[in-house]
Amino acid sequence: MSELKLMKGNEALAEAAIRAGVDAYFGYPITPQSEVIEYLMTEQPEKRTGMVVLQAESEIAAINMVYGAASTGKKVMTSSSSPGISLKLEGISYLAGAELPAVIVNVVRGGPGLGTIQPSQADYFQSVKGGGHGDYKLYVLAPASVQEMSDFVADAFDIAFKYRAPVLILSDGLIGQMMEKVNLRDQKERMKDEDIIKKYGSWATTGKKGRERNIITSLDLQSEKMEARVHRLMKKYAQMEKEDLRYEKILCDDAEYLIVAYGSSARIGQKAVELARAKGIKAGLLRPITLFPYPKEQLFELADQVKGILSVELNAGQMVEDVRLSVEHKVPVEHFGRTGGIIHTPEEVLEALEQKIINNGHIRHHKTRESSIL
Amino acid sequence: MDILDIIKPENQVFCKTQLMTDTALSYCPGCGHGTAHNITMEVIDEMGIVEDTIGVAPVGCSVLAYDFMNIDMTQAAHGRAPAVATAISRTWPEKYVFTYQGDGDLAAIGTAETIHACNRGENIVIIFVNNGIYGMTGGQMAPTTLEGMRTSTSPYGREIENMGSPLKMTELIANLPGVYYVTRQSVHTHKHARKAKKAVRTAFENTRLKKGVSFVEIVSNCNSGWKMTPNESNIWMEENMFPYFPLGDIKVNGILK
Amino acid sequence: MAKVKGAIVVNTETCKGCEVCIPVCPENVISMSSEVNRKGYHYAYMSHPEACTGCTNCGLVCPDRAISVYRVKVSE
Repeated sequence: MSELKLMKGNEALAEAAIRAGVDAYFGYPITPQSEVIEYLMTEQPEKRTGMVVLQAESEIAAINMVYGAASTGKKVMTSSSSPGISLKLEGISYLAGAELPAVIVNVVRGGPGLGTIQPSQADYFQSVKGGGHGDYKLYVLAPASVQEMSDFVADAFDIAFKYRAPVLILSDGLIGQMMEKVNLRDQKERMKDEDIIKKYGSWATTGKKGRERNIITSLDLQSEKMEARVHRLMKKYAQMEKEDLRYEKILCDDAEYLIVAYGSSARIGQKAVELARAKGIKAGLLRPITLFPYPKEQLFELADQVKGILSVELNAGQMVEDVRLSVEHKVPVEHFGRTGGIIHTPEEVLEALEQKIINNGHIRHHKTRESSIL
Repeated sequence: MDILDIIKPENQVFCKTQLMTDTALSYCPGCGHGTAHNITMEVIDEMGIVEDTIGVAPVGCSVLAYDFMNIDMTQAAHGRAPAVATAISRTWPEKYVFTYQGDGDLAAIGTAETIHACNRGENIVIIFVNNGIYGMTGGQMAPTTLEGMRTSTSPYGREIENMGSPLKMTELIANLPGVYYVTRQSVHTHKHARKAKKAVRTAFENTRLKKGVSFVEIVSNCNSGWKMTPNESNIWMEENMFPYFPLGDIKVNGILK
Repeated sequence: MAKVKGAIVVNTETCKGCEVCIPVCPENVISMSSEVNRKGYHYAYMSHPEACTGCTNCGLVCPDRAISVYRVKVSE
């Protein structure tokens, strides 16, 4: 039964996982996302759908449990926050290399190091530029509401199994902790073992029956085979860019100034756009929903129309580099963002737009550019 | 009697199991891994459970186990095989899931995964090949390297004061209630190999009965790392490894011996 | 009383010349050949074939399963 409830982001994610027919969740407590596993443990989904929930001994153990279940074709996920995701990066690289479908959720907190428990968006590089070692990319979904945090679970698994690749849901402590109305989807049946074997029997290690053995590995000691593997991965990512890009444009049609922001910053950016418009500034918001694939073409086109772009992120300047790459020096691009777990306000964002772009915007080369937050 | 009369197919009493592939083993001549692989595959073949068996290969000399074992296998990150096996076992409770790990994988980087899978009592078999050295990476010291043993990272012999004593991982986990069967075997003679094979059989029978963790340590030689001939290394193993890592059952049917 | 006669067949290309089969043979059947295989290993062979009883000890310890064992009952 589809249901309307008032829920915390983390809990909506957990409930969505049960309803999406997920087979197993392996996790470890870390603020600000411990509610995910707490909710699952309390709900006892093994009684509702047979879903396995296990608190592992560490984030490392959890991601390797994900790897194990994923290698058998099961729908499996884990969640953590920034330092815990760092621990998982080897496992994520293995998932990508072994071409396994899985979902990882990062509810981002301030970093680096142990950092802070308040929200940030400082894991953009980690999520989109690799994080783990080797030539791979993650498909990254960035929710900006409790509704999206819930909806993206099923969406993430669709992508994961379409491409046999790990998918990251990049949330943050604000979205994870806030409470909003959420429309929960109907319960989807978990796949039966026989159906998994039928559908994924060409690669999944479910027991050698009526076929040659299946091997799940990311090791290829013969260089030609390794190169072929990397090319195979790159083809997937090219297809993702072609077919599964997601973004949202708000008031962009007549915009003269553009704010680019995702997740929490997009909500704040949207409010800043409203404030700007009230002042007579024709501002618009481009919200990437997927961070990989990235709306490069859309930015490139908008750069013909707008006079300057402000990348608003809760970090010291990460996505701004991709904005610059996308617009290829056509217009000034600057960054604004609070760090340390402080959330910037719409007023602060508007002030930054005015100061950095409208009043002072010019194209800077790397030699003349200082840190954008000092 | 002519030899050609003897070697007729109907007279064959021993050959390589069909559950090992035709790929030549990458292990050094005389290495216990080969025998350990074969007895494990022989057990799975004899039990008729290949269709329900999934193996988890480690990082180490036996990273390529999946090239040799003709069963479904997943290669796990270094030390993490028990976590990988935990997930497979929990999402496919009727399957026979085993890990096959060396001493670095199980007792160094994988210590937490080993202990916690054992503590939770996962319904899996852990096969632990202990040769007191890191073979694949060129012969470095391992947690189970003996006192005084020379390796490439203990060139003057392992010093207890500096590096601690050789870790008796098997005795440690035997104390955990989730572990049902713990035994230490070897495969360097026919007698030992037969016993080891029986132990592996017991382990998989325990899985069938859903008894929890079965832990089979196989003390093995590493003639390359120890810089001896295979036969010399087996004698050295008997004289030096066995006194510290004594063979025999440590826990049977959930009860410590 | 029936006697048994045994014989082993060594896959000379698989054999790595490790010699682990030699000490376990109760009848001293096996020796290493002076010939080498394609990989340069001296391979095992029956130097005293008449003594083989097909006990399978050698087969069991060969890490590469290079040895297949045969046994037949011979009526006295």
